[in-house]
Amino acid sequence: MDISQVLFYALSAIALGSAIMVVISRNPVHSVLWLIVTFFAISGHYILMNAQFLGIVNLIVYAGAIMVLFLFVIMLMNLNAETEPQKNKWLKLAGVVAGGCLLLVLVAALKQAEVKGKVAMLGTGDIGLIHNLGKALFTDYVIPFEISSVLFLSAMVGTVVIGKK
Amino acid sequence: MVKSNEQKEIMVIERYIYLAIALFCIGIVGVLARRNAIIIFMCIELMLNAVNLLLVAFSKMHYAAGVAKNAAAGIDGQLFVFFIMVVAAAEVSVGLAIIVMMYRNTHSVDVNFLNRLKH
Repeated sequence: MDISQVLFYALSAIALGSAIMVVISRNPVHSVLWLIVTFFAISGHYILMNAQFLGIVNLIVYAGAIMVLFLFVIMLMNLNAETEPQKNKWLKLAGVVAGGCLLLVLVAALKQAEVKGKVAMLGTGDIGLIHNLGKALFTDYVIPFEISSVLFLSAMVGTVVIGKK
Repeated sequence: MVKSNEQKEIMVIERYIYLAIALFCIGIVGVLARRNAIIIFMCIELMLNAVNLLLVAFSKMHYAAGVAKNAAAGIDGQLFVFFIMVVAAAEVSVGLAIIVMMYRNTHSVDVNFLNRLKH
């Protein structure tokens, strides 16, 4: 068991544990903080696979910008106290059972899939570096890149229109 | 991490698939069981990240399979992840604006109060 396997299992355990804590935390602020831990673990997975650009973008965009936006909204609404009413235990149980059934079905389907023996390269390979990604992004994917700028503009206009009502 | 030249570091792809399935199902359980709209929204982000992780793992799998013929094999998967992040950022801004508007109208973020649309 070499170092990358140890890192894989450690990062997976951190990601799964903090994802469960996101769901079961009573306080929404704690949920946001646990989700940031999850994103750090997923960024660790990206760096383990030598996808360095995506690892850093995941940290900056998700953990840096989006989660700060969530925290900002939660504190703006003063939701940091426990406000969620606990009415129906059966609804929670039904949600857990439904999610567990989906997990079971997906794992059972994976048993039949032809992925045996396929491996993912860790560490080696330079397709995740910013030089290669940028070259592909501005040659093959330049049209989606420009369209995404229009998407951002429309999202900004939509946010301002919804917020001004 | 340290690159080892003598042996290539590989990981069986099934482990990544199991990890992504587990993260996705935790997100599903959060969406179904919680009623706070912000936590439901965060669980949707969690599901998006599970899919992103699996896309990057598959891109490295295709790189391992096709690097002999094409030096940039599997780069499409990482660009898809980049575009998913772009769309997620736009989605979060609009979604949080909708949640703020909903809080302004009902003074709560409980999604059970949103069922007035049906009558």
